[in-house]
Amino acid sequence: MSGAAHPDIAEIWRWLSQVPDPEIPVISLTDLGIIRGVEWQGDTLVVTVTPTYSGCPATSLITLDIEKALRDRGIDRLRLERQLSPPWTTDWISAQGRESLRAYGIAPPVDGTAADGRLAGRIARLAGTSNLVIACPRCGSTATERLSQFGSTPCKASYRCTDCLEPFDYFKCI
Amino acid sequence: MAQATPAADPAALVEWLCRMGDNCLILGHRVSEWCGHSPVLEEDIALANTALDLIGQTQFWLGLAGEVEGKGRSADSLAYLRDAAQFRNLLLVERPNGDFGNTLMRQFLFDAWHMAMLDALTGSTDPRVAEIAAKAVKEVAYHLERSADLVIRLGDGTGESRARMQKALDSLWPYTGEMLLDDGVDRAMAAAGIAPLPQDLKAGWDRTVAETMAQATLAVPQTGYQHKGGKTGRHSEALGYILADMQFLQRAYPGAVW
Repeated sequence: MSGAAHPDIAEIWRWLSQVPDPEIPVISLTDLGIIRGVEWQGDTLVVTVTPTYSGCPATSLITLDIEKALRDRGIDRLRLERQLSPPWTTDWISAQGRESLRAYGIAPPVDGTAADGRLAGRIARLAGTSNLVIACPRCGSTATERLSQFGSTPCKASYRCTDCLEPFDYFKCI
Repeated sequence: MAQATPAADPAALVEWLCRMGDNCLILGHRVSEWCGHSPVLEEDIALANTALDLIGQTQFWLGLAGEVEGKGRSADSLAYLRDAAQFRNLLLVERPNGDFGNTLMRQFLFDAWHMAMLDALTGSTDPRVAEIAAKAVKEVAYHLERSADLVIRLGDGTGESRARMQKALDSLWPYTGEMLLDDGVDRAMAAAGIAPLPQDLKAGWDRTVAETMAQATLAVPQTGYQHKGGKTGRHSEALGYILADMQFLQRAYPGAVW
Protein backbone atom coordinates (compact mmCIF):
# COMPACT_ATOMS: atom_id res chain seq x y z
CA MET A 1 0.00 0.00 0.00
CA SER A 2 1.51 3.33 -0.96
CA GLY A 3 1.48 6.35 1.35
CA ALA A 4 -1.14 8.17 -0.68
CA ALA A 5 -3.59 5.30 -0.47
CA HIS A 6 -3.67 5.13 3.34
CA PRO A 7 -7.19 5.24 4.68
CA ASP A 8 -7.83 8.34 6.71
CA ILE A 9 -7.27 8.05 10.50
CA ALA A 10 -10.78 9.34 11.25
CA GLU A 11 -12.14 6.66 8.93
CA ILE A 12 -10.22 3.99 10.84
CA TRP A 13 -11.64 5.26 14.14
CA ARG A 14 -15.11 4.92 12.58
CA TRP A 15 -14.35 1.31 11.63
CA LEU A 16 -13.12 0.57 15.13
CA SER A 17 -16.28 2.12 16.58
CA GLN A 18 -18.17 -0.70 14.90
CA VAL A 19 -16.21 -3.46 16.66
CA PRO A 20 -18.23 -4.69 19.64
CA ASP A 21 -16.76 -5.64 23.00
CA PRO A 22 -16.79 -9.46 22.98
CA GLU A 23 -18.30 -9.74 26.47
CA ILE A 24 -20.76 -6.84 26.37
CA PRO A 25 -21.59 -6.62 22.65
CA VAL A 26 -23.86 -3.57 22.99
CA ILE A 27 -20.82 -1.39 23.59
CA SER A 28 -18.04 -0.80 21.06
CA LEU A 29 -14.32 -0.85 21.75
CA THR A 30 -14.13 2.90 21.19
CA ASP A 31 -17.08 3.54 23.56
CA LEU A 32 -15.25 1.45 26.15
CA GLY A 33 -12.25 3.75 25.79
CA ILE A 34 -9.61 1.06 25.37
CA ILE A 35 -8.30 2.19 21.95
CA ARG A 36 -5.67 4.73 22.96
CA GLY A 37 -4.17 5.61 19.62
CA VAL A 38 -4.35 5.01 15.87
CA GLU A 39 -1.54 6.19 13.64
CA TRP A 40 0.33 5.43 10.48
CA GLN A 41 4.03 4.74 10.92
CA GLY A 42 5.19 4.61 7.33
CA ASP A 43 3.10 1.92 5.69
CA THR A 44 2.18 0.26 8.96
CA LEU A 45 -0.93 1.09 10.93
CA VAL A 46 -0.23 1.09 14.66
CA VAL A 47 -3.21 0.66 16.98
CA THR A 48 -2.55 1.14 20.69
CA VAL A 49 -4.82 -0.74 23.06
CA THR A 50 -4.96 -0.71 26.85
CA PRO A 51 -6.38 -3.64 28.85
CA THR A 52 -9.39 -3.09 31.12
CA TYR A 53 -8.39 -5.47 33.93
CA SER A 54 -4.99 -7.17 34.14
CA GLY A 55 -6.49 -10.64 33.84
CA CYS A 56 -9.43 -9.85 31.59
CA PRO A 57 -9.82 -12.97 29.44
CA ALA A 58 -11.39 -10.89 26.66
CA THR A 59 -8.10 -9.07 26.01
CA SER A 60 -6.72 -11.55 23.48
CA LEU A 61 -10.11 -11.84 21.77
CA ILE A 62 -10.30 -8.04 21.50
CA THR A 63 -6.91 -8.03 19.80
CA LEU A 64 -8.11 -10.62 17.29
CA ASP A 65 -11.34 -8.71 16.64
CA ILE A 66 -9.45 -5.48 15.93
CA GLU A 67 -7.09 -7.27 13.62
CA LYS A 68 -9.90 -8.95 11.74
CA ALA A 69 -11.94 -5.75 11.40
CA LEU A 70 -9.00 -3.85 9.94
CA ARG A 71 -7.81 -6.65 7.64
CA ASP A 72 -11.34 -6.97 6.31
CA ARG A 73 -11.03 -3.31 5.32
CA GLY A 74 -7.85 -4.06 3.42
CA ILE A 75 -5.26 -3.00 5.96
CA ASP A 76 -2.63 -5.71 5.83
CA ARG A 77 0.30 -3.98 7.51
CA LEU A 78 -0.86 -3.70 11.04
CA ARG A 79 0.72 -3.68 14.48
CA LEU A 80 -1.11 -3.74 17.80
CA GLU A 81 0.68 -2.30 20.80
CA ARG A 82 -0.24 -2.79 24.44
CA GLN A 83 -0.10 0.32 26.57
CA LEU A 84 -0.45 0.03 30.35
CA SER A 85 0.01 3.65 31.30
CA PRO A 86 -2.09 5.62 32.02
CA PRO A 87 -4.16 2.68 33.28
CA TRP A 88 -7.66 2.27 31.91
CA THR A 89 -10.42 3.90 33.90
CA THR A 90 -14.20 3.63 33.58
CA ASP A 91 -14.18 7.44 33.29
CA TRP A 92 -13.19 6.83 29.65
CA ILE A 93 -16.47 5.09 28.81
CA SER A 94 -18.32 7.43 26.42
CA ALA A 95 -21.75 8.96 27.07
CA GLN A 96 -23.10 6.81 24.22
CA GLY A 97 -21.50 3.75 25.81
CA ARG A 98 -23.12 4.49 29.16
CA GLU A 99 -26.55 4.82 27.57
CA SER A 100 -26.06 1.53 25.70
CA LEU A 101 -25.09 -0.20 28.94
CA ARG A 102 -28.17 1.10 30.73
CA ALA A 103 -30.47 0.06 27.90
CA TYR A 104 -28.87 -3.40 27.99
CA GLY A 105 -29.59 -3.73 31.74
CA ILE A 106 -26.17 -2.87 33.16
CA ALA A 107 -26.00 0.18 35.44
CA PRO A 108 -23.20 2.41 34.09
CA PRO A 109 -20.31 3.48 36.34
CA VAL A 110 -20.69 6.45 38.67
CA ASP A 111 -17.45 8.37 38.08
CA GLY A 112 -15.12 9.05 40.97
CA THR A 113 -16.32 6.18 43.14
CA ALA A 114 -13.53 3.65 42.58
CA ALA A 115 -12.17 1.84 45.62
CA ASP A 116 -8.93 3.47 46.70
CA GLY A 117 -7.82 0.99 49.33
CA ARG A 118 -8.40 3.35 52.22
CA LEU A 119 -10.47 2.00 55.03
CA ALA A 120 -12.32 5.32 55.42
CA GLY A 121 -14.45 4.68 52.33
CA ARG A 122 -15.41 1.24 53.46
CA ILE A 123 -16.26 2.40 56.95
CA ALA A 124 -18.45 5.17 55.51
CA ARG A 125 -20.30 2.60 53.48
CA LEU A 126 -20.75 0.23 56.40
CA ALA A 127 -22.11 3.14 58.41
CA GLY A 128 -24.52 3.95 55.58
CA THR A 129 -23.03 7.37 54.87
CA SER A 130 -21.62 6.56 51.44
CA ASN A 131 -22.96 8.80 48.69
CA LEU A 132 -22.78 6.08 46.06
CA VAL A 133 -26.27 5.80 44.59
CA ILE A 134 -26.81 3.24 41.85
CA ALA A 135 -30.04 3.54 39.93
CA CYS A 136 -31.76 0.36 38.79
CA PRO A 137 -31.29 0.14 34.99
CA ARG A 138 -34.76 -1.42 34.63
CA CYS A 139 -37.11 0.76 36.71
CA GLY A 140 -34.86 3.71 37.58
CA SER A 141 -35.36 3.38 41.35
CA THR A 142 -32.42 4.36 43.53
CA ALA A 143 -33.54 1.92 46.24
CA THR A 144 -30.85 -0.63 45.39
CA GLU A 145 -28.43 -2.73 47.41
CA ARG A 146 -25.13 -4.37 46.66
CA LEU A 147 -25.07 -8.16 46.73
CA SER A 148 -21.41 -8.59 45.88
CA GLN A 149 -18.57 -6.37 44.80
CA PHE A 150 -17.76 -8.84 42.02
CA GLY A 151 -20.16 -9.88 39.30
CA SER A 152 -20.24 -12.02 36.16
CA THR A 153 -17.00 -10.39 34.94
CA PRO A 154 -14.23 -8.58 36.88
CA CYS A 155 -15.54 -5.19 35.74
CA LYS A 156 -18.98 -5.62 37.28
CA ALA A 157 -20.57 -5.82 40.73
CA SER A 158 -23.88 -7.53 41.58
CA TYR A 159 -26.77 -5.36 42.79
CA ARG A 160 -30.47 -5.81 43.49
CA CYS A 161 -33.31 -3.32 43.20
CA THR A 162 -35.48 -3.38 46.30
CA ASP A 163 -38.40 -1.79 44.41
CA CYS A 164 -38.75 -3.96 41.30
CA LEU A 165 -36.74 -6.78 42.96
CA GLU A 166 -34.63 -7.43 39.84
CA PRO A 167 -30.98 -8.31 40.29
CA PHE A 168 -28.67 -6.41 37.94
CA ASP A 169 -25.01 -5.79 37.14
CA TYR A 170 -23.30 -2.52 37.97
CA PHE A 171 -20.25 -1.57 35.89
CA LYS A 172 -18.03 -0.65 38.80
CA CYS A 173 -15.53 2.16 38.76
CA ILE A 174 -11.85 1.54 38.42
CA MET B 1 12.03 -0.12 26.70
CA ALA B 2 15.59 -0.85 27.76
CA GLN B 3 16.48 2.57 29.20
CA ALA B 4 15.25 2.84 32.87
CA THR B 5 16.79 1.37 36.03
CA PRO B 6 19.83 3.56 36.55
CA ALA B 7 22.00 1.78 39.08
CA ALA B 8 20.08 -1.41 39.74
CA ASP B 9 21.88 -4.71 39.42
CA PRO B 10 19.86 -6.56 36.73
CA ALA B 11 20.15 -9.89 38.58
CA ALA B 12 18.69 -8.34 41.74
CA LEU B 13 15.93 -6.72 39.71
CA VAL B 14 15.00 -10.06 38.12
CA GLU B 15 14.97 -11.65 41.58
CA TRP B 16 12.72 -8.91 42.93
CA LEU B 17 10.36 -9.04 39.92
CA CYS B 18 10.02 -12.79 40.45
CA ARG B 19 9.04 -12.14 44.07
CA MET B 20 6.27 -9.79 42.94
CA GLY B 21 5.13 -12.14 40.19
CA ASP B 22 5.35 -15.33 42.23
CA ASN B 23 3.28 -13.85 45.06
CA CYS B 24 0.53 -13.10 42.55
CA LEU B 25 0.88 -16.45 40.78
CA ILE B 26 0.84 -18.68 43.85
CA LEU B 27 -1.92 -16.78 45.64
CA GLY B 28 -3.89 -16.60 42.39
CA HIS B 29 -3.56 -20.36 42.00
CA ARG B 30 -4.55 -20.98 45.62
CA VAL B 31 -7.62 -18.77 45.35
CA SER B 32 -8.61 -20.41 42.06
CA GLU B 33 -8.80 -23.74 43.90
CA TRP B 34 -12.10 -22.43 45.35
CA CYS B 35 -13.71 -22.13 41.94
CA GLY B 36 -16.92 -24.15 42.10
CA HIS B 37 -16.53 -24.91 45.83
CA SER B 38 -17.40 -21.67 47.61
CA PRO B 39 -20.15 -21.47 50.22
CA VAL B 40 -22.36 -19.21 48.07
CA LEU B 41 -22.41 -18.28 44.39
CA GLU B 42 -21.47 -14.62 44.88
CA GLU B 43 -18.38 -15.59 46.84
CA ASP B 44 -17.41 -18.18 44.28
CA ILE B 45 -17.49 -15.49 41.60
CA ALA B 46 -15.66 -12.98 43.78
CA LEU B 47 -12.87 -15.45 44.53
CA ALA B 48 -12.53 -16.40 40.86
CA ASN B 49 -12.36 -12.72 39.91
CA THR B 50 -9.70 -12.04 42.52
CA ALA B 51 -7.68 -15.00 41.23
CA LEU B 52 -8.06 -13.70 37.68
CA ASP B 53 -6.72 -10.26 38.63
CA LEU B 54 -3.75 -11.86 40.36
CA ILE B 55 -2.93 -14.12 37.41
CA GLY B 56 -3.17 -11.10 35.10
CA GLN B 57 -0.75 -9.18 37.28
CA THR B 58 1.54 -12.24 37.27
CA GLN B 59 1.82 -11.95 33.49
CA PHE B 60 3.04 -8.37 33.79
CA TRP B 61 5.59 -9.02 36.56
CA LEU B 62 6.98 -12.28 35.23
CA GLY B 63 6.88 -10.95 31.68
CA LEU B 64 9.08 -8.05 32.76
CA ALA B 65 11.34 -10.41 34.76
CA GLY B 66 11.94 -12.47 31.62
CA GLU B 67 12.58 -9.34 29.57
CA VAL B 68 15.11 -7.92 32.05
CA GLU B 69 16.80 -11.32 32.39
CA GLY B 70 17.23 -11.40 28.62
CA LYS B 71 17.51 -15.15 28.24
CA GLY B 72 14.33 -15.58 26.25
CA ARG B 73 12.16 -16.76 29.13
CA SER B 74 8.51 -15.70 29.00
CA ALA B 75 6.01 -15.32 31.85
CA ASP B 76 4.73 -18.78 30.90
CA SER B 77 8.12 -20.48 30.98
CA LEU B 78 8.89 -18.88 34.34
CA ALA B 79 5.55 -20.04 35.73
CA TYR B 80 5.56 -23.57 34.34
CA LEU B 81 9.17 -24.60 34.09
CA ARG B 82 10.81 -23.59 37.36
CA ASP B 83 10.95 -25.93 40.32
CA ALA B 84 10.07 -25.02 43.92
CA ALA B 85 13.52 -23.77 44.91
CA GLN B 86 13.40 -21.18 42.12
CA PHE B 87 10.12 -19.69 43.31
CA ARG B 88 10.37 -16.45 45.27
CA ASN B 89 6.89 -16.09 46.76
CA LEU B 90 6.18 -15.46 50.43
CA LEU B 91 5.41 -18.51 52.55
CA LEU B 92 2.08 -16.86 53.46
CA VAL B 93 0.60 -17.18 49.96
CA GLU B 94 1.36 -20.90 49.68
CA ARG B 95 -0.43 -21.73 52.96
CA PRO B 96 -3.25 -24.19 52.30
CA ASN B 97 -6.71 -22.68 51.87
CA GLY B 98 -8.26 -24.29 54.95
CA ASP B 99 -11.85 -23.13 55.41
CA PHE B 100 -13.43 -20.09 53.77
CA GLY B 101 -12.55 -17.91 56.76
CA ASN B 102 -8.92 -18.95 56.67
CA THR B 103 -8.77 -18.16 52.93
CA LEU B 104 -10.24 -14.69 53.53
CA MET B 105 -7.91 -14.00 56.47
CA ARG B 106 -4.86 -14.96 54.35
CA GLN B 107 -6.18 -12.73 51.59
CA PHE B 108 -6.64 -9.79 53.93
CA LEU B 109 -3.18 -10.09 55.51
CA PHE B 110 -1.67 -10.18 52.02
CA ASP B 111 -3.92 -7.48 50.51
CA ALA B 112 -3.02 -5.03 53.28
CA TRP B 113 0.65 -5.47 52.37
CA HIS B 114 0.06 -5.66 48.60
CA MET B 115 -1.90 -2.39 48.62
CA ALA B 116 0.83 -0.54 50.53
CA MET B 117 3.56 -2.01 48.32
CA LEU B 118 1.84 -1.18 45.02
CA ASP B 119 0.94 2.28 46.23
CA ALA B 120 4.64 2.96 46.88
CA LEU B 121 5.66 1.35 43.57
CA THR B 122 3.57 3.81 41.55
CA GLY B 123 6.42 6.23 42.33
CA SER B 124 9.17 3.81 41.22
CA THR B 125 12.14 5.22 39.29
CA ASP B 126 11.66 2.37 36.81
CA PRO B 127 8.72 3.40 34.59
CA ARG B 128 7.99 -0.24 33.71
CA VAL B 129 7.51 -1.07 37.39
CA ALA B 130 5.51 2.11 38.02
CA GLU B 131 3.07 1.42 35.22
CA ILE B 132 2.38 -2.18 36.28
CA ALA B 133 1.82 -0.94 39.85
CA ALA B 134 -0.53 1.84 38.69
CA LYS B 135 -2.60 -0.77 36.87
CA ALA B 136 -2.58 -3.36 39.67
CA VAL B 137 -3.23 -0.99 42.57
CA LYS B 138 -6.70 -0.20 41.24
CA GLU B 139 -7.62 -3.87 41.28
CA VAL B 140 -6.02 -4.57 44.63
CA ALA B 141 -7.97 -1.70 46.23
CA TYR B 142 -11.08 -3.78 45.53
CA HIS B 143 -9.43 -6.93 46.89
CA LEU B 144 -8.56 -5.18 50.14
CA GLU B 145 -11.97 -3.61 50.48
CA ARG B 146 -13.62 -6.98 50.08
CA SER B 147 -11.30 -9.05 52.27
CA ALA B 148 -11.39 -6.45 55.09
CA ASP B 149 -15.18 -6.34 54.84
CA LEU B 150 -15.52 -10.11 55.14
CA VAL B 151 -12.94 -10.44 57.92
CA ILE B 152 -15.01 -7.91 59.90
CA ARG B 153 -18.33 -9.59 59.14
CA LEU B 154 -17.08 -13.06 59.99
CA GLY B 155 -15.04 -11.94 63.00
CA ASP B 156 -17.87 -9.85 64.41
CA GLY B 157 -20.33 -12.58 63.43
CA THR B 158 -21.56 -15.71 65.16
CA GLY B 159 -19.65 -17.52 67.90
CA GLU B 160 -18.66 -20.16 65.36
CA SER B 161 -17.44 -17.73 62.68
CA ARG B 162 -15.59 -15.61 65.24
CA ALA B 163 -13.77 -18.66 66.65
CA ARG B 164 -12.75 -19.75 63.16
CA MET B 165 -11.46 -16.30 62.24
CA GLN B 166 -9.42 -16.03 65.42
CA LYS B 167 -7.97 -19.47 64.75
CA ALA B 168 -7.13 -18.43 61.19
CA LEU B 169 -5.43 -15.25 62.37
CA ASP B 170 -3.41 -17.12 65.00
CA SER B 171 -2.26 -19.81 62.59
CA LEU B 172 -1.35 -17.43 59.75
CA TRP B 173 0.34 -14.84 61.93
CA PRO B 174 3.78 -16.53 62.01
CA TYR B 175 3.84 -16.21 58.19
CA THR B 176 3.27 -12.45 58.07
CA GLY B 177 6.67 -11.25 59.24
CA GLU B 178 8.49 -12.23 56.05
CA MET B 179 6.85 -9.57 53.86
CA LEU B 180 8.06 -6.79 56.17
CA LEU B 181 11.68 -7.93 56.47
CA ASP B 182 14.48 -6.48 54.30
CA ASP B 183 17.24 -8.47 52.67
CA GLY B 184 19.99 -7.68 50.16
CA VAL B 185 17.67 -7.71 47.14
CA ASP B 186 15.25 -5.33 48.86
CA ARG B 187 18.07 -2.99 49.81
CA ALA B 188 19.41 -2.98 46.24
CA MET B 189 15.95 -2.08 44.92
CA ALA B 190 15.49 0.66 47.52
CA ALA B 191 18.92 2.12 46.76
CA ALA B 192 18.00 2.39 43.07
CA GLY B 193 14.64 3.93 43.96
CA ILE B 194 12.81 1.03 42.31
CA ALA B 195 10.92 -0.22 45.36
CA PRO B 196 10.39 0.71 49.01
CA LEU B 197 12.12 -1.13 51.82
CA PRO B 198 9.67 -3.69 53.19
CA GLN B 199 10.22 -2.49 56.75
CA ASP B 200 9.03 0.97 55.71
CA LEU B 201 5.64 -0.59 54.95
CA LYS B 202 5.35 -2.06 58.44
CA ALA B 203 3.76 0.91 60.26
CA GLY B 204 0.99 1.23 57.66
CA TRP B 205 0.39 -2.52 57.56
CA ASP B 206 0.23 -2.71 61.35
CA ARG B 207 -2.32 0.11 61.38
CA THR B 208 -4.56 -1.45 58.71
CA VAL B 209 -4.47 -4.79 60.52
CA ALA B 210 -5.11 -3.26 63.94
CA GLU B 211 -8.09 -1.17 62.73
CA THR B 212 -9.65 -4.07 60.90
CA MET B 213 -9.16 -6.60 63.71
CA ALA B 214 -10.57 -4.14 66.25
CA GLN B 215 -13.76 -3.91 64.18
CA ALA B 216 -13.73 -7.66 63.70
CA THR B 217 -13.43 -8.10 67.49
CA LEU B 218 -10.38 -10.32 66.94
CA ALA B 219 -7.20 -10.24 69.01
CA VAL B 220 -4.00 -9.50 67.09
CA PRO B 221 -1.40 -12.05 68.28
CA GLN B 222 1.57 -10.70 70.14
CA THR B 223 4.71 -11.04 68.07
CA GLY B 224 6.27 -14.46 68.29
CA TYR B 225 8.38 -16.66 66.06
CA GLN B 226 8.18 -15.68 62.38
CA HIS B 227 8.92 -18.07 59.53
CA LYS B 228 10.93 -16.88 56.57
CA GLY B 229 12.62 -18.33 53.50
CA GLY B 230 10.10 -18.05 50.66
CA LYS B 231 11.74 -14.93 49.26
CA THR B 232 15.00 -16.86 48.79
CA GLY B 233 13.48 -20.13 47.59
CA ARG B 234 13.22 -22.11 50.84
CA HIS B 235 9.59 -23.17 50.80
CA SER B 236 7.20 -25.29 52.80
CA GLU B 237 6.09 -28.63 51.35
CA ALA B 238 2.81 -26.94 50.36
CA LEU B 239 4.43 -25.33 47.32
CA GLY B 240 5.42 -28.69 45.82
CA TYR B 241 1.80 -29.79 45.72
CA ILE B 242 0.74 -26.53 44.09
CA LEU B 243 3.39 -26.90 41.39
CA ALA B 244 2.54 -30.57 40.80
CA ASP B 245 -0.98 -29.46 40.02
CA MET B 246 -0.17 -26.23 38.17
CA GLN B 247 2.75 -27.50 36.09
CA PHE B 248 1.54 -31.00 35.28
CA LEU B 249 0.56 -30.31 31.69
CA GLN B 250 3.81 -28.63 30.67
CA ARG B 251 5.85 -31.31 32.45
CA ALA B 252 3.94 -34.19 30.88
CA TYR B 253 3.61 -32.64 27.43
CA PRO B 254 6.55 -30.24 27.04
CA GLY B 255 5.81 -27.34 24.75
CA ALA B 256 2.08 -28.03 24.57
CA VAL B 257 0.19 -24.95 23.46
CA TRP B 258 -3.44 -23.97 23.84
